[in-house]
Amino acid sequence: MKIKVNGKDQVIDAASLTVTELLKTVKVESPEMVSVQLNGEFLSKEHFANKYVKDADEVDFLYFMAGGIEELPVSEWRK
Amino acid sequence: MNFNEEQIERYSRHIILKDVGVEGQEKMMAGKVLIIGTGGLGAPAALYLAAAGVGVIGLVDADNVELSNLQRQVIHFTPDVNKPKVISAKEKIEAINPDVKVVTYHTKVFSENITGIIKDYDFVIDGTDNFAAKFLINDACVFAAKPFSHGAILRFSGQTITYVPGSTCYRCIFLTPPPTDAVPNCSQAGILGAVAGMLGTIQATEALKFLIKKGELLQNRLLTFDALDMKFREVAVTRNPRCPICGENPSIKKLIDEAQPVCSLKNKNKKT
Ligand SMILES: [Zn+2]
Repeated sequence: MKIKVNGKDQVIDAASLTVTELLKTVKVESPEMVSVQLNGEFLSKEHFANKYVKDADEVDFLYFMAGGIEELPVSEWRK
Repeated sequence: MNFNEEQIERYSRHIILKDVGVEGQEKMMAGKVLIIGTGGLGAPAALYLAAAGVGVIGLVDADNVELSNLQRQVIHFTPDVNKPKVISAKEKIEAINPDVKVVTYHTKVFSENITGIIKDYDFVIDGTDNFAAKFLINDACVFAAKPFSHGAILRFSGQTITYVPGSTCYRCIFLTPPPTDAVPNCSQAGILGAVAGMLGTIQATEALKFLIKKGELLQNRLLTFDALDMKFREVAVTRNPRCPICGENPSIKKLIDEAQPVCSLKNKNKKT
């Protein structure tokens, strides 16, 4: 199938995939840290496993991002 | 409002802008903007809002300046280490522009205090670095019909969206905070200082556009960028009928404090 992932055309070697499978296929590092929009509709996490992505679908992965700048104690990273 | 000679000169580069002019500058000077978090995002935002002559700038932060902040939190200087961030930032704002009135809130935001803090402002900038505060700011602003700018940064990337009453909110996109054990651990975290500046200045620009009522705000579209390859992307986002706060059957009816995922390496008692 040919789909659009994050705005880019991508050919996936499958007729359809669940969102969970797609996350794995396109190598999203931490799937718990993304919100998924399928054809303009946000999916609840519970639906990742049973919602299918098919040919011509558009999928956006939007990353949970807070800051990531929580101060790391110097003693930890200097080791 | 009558400008004095000094103000005409100070704001001349705004005044000669077709979309700002005298009226726009007056609107900025009558504007009240609250910046929650005087860190990587809040610091550059505060500097530009101060320089622009925004009438009242509110600063919310409970922390003191640390040496490791100075790599990106450009409103704080080396002699400010150990000083409350809101005081350090207030001093710089007043030095840049004596026209600006600064109000400081030396506290974190909680469900009990946030509504009272945001009440008097026209626009809120979320410059916080944690999910609990981000969801709380969204909820409080949705309840109070208060426009705000969401901003977040990580490593070389950033994301931002502007909320105005009726537009797609932060929870429409993200619903609830991620599971506490999924948040990148400290060894993965970090931020290029200049990237914080990129995002904070986008947020300041949105605040100013909102005050002067010009242009198109970043509403119903999430802007993300990766500075490593310097690519920007805009994702159209629409109101989510299942949004827990602005959806058809909202489950959140009053403000709640979400659990804050903590970095496993972080020594929470580090601050003294
Ligand atoms: Zn919403």
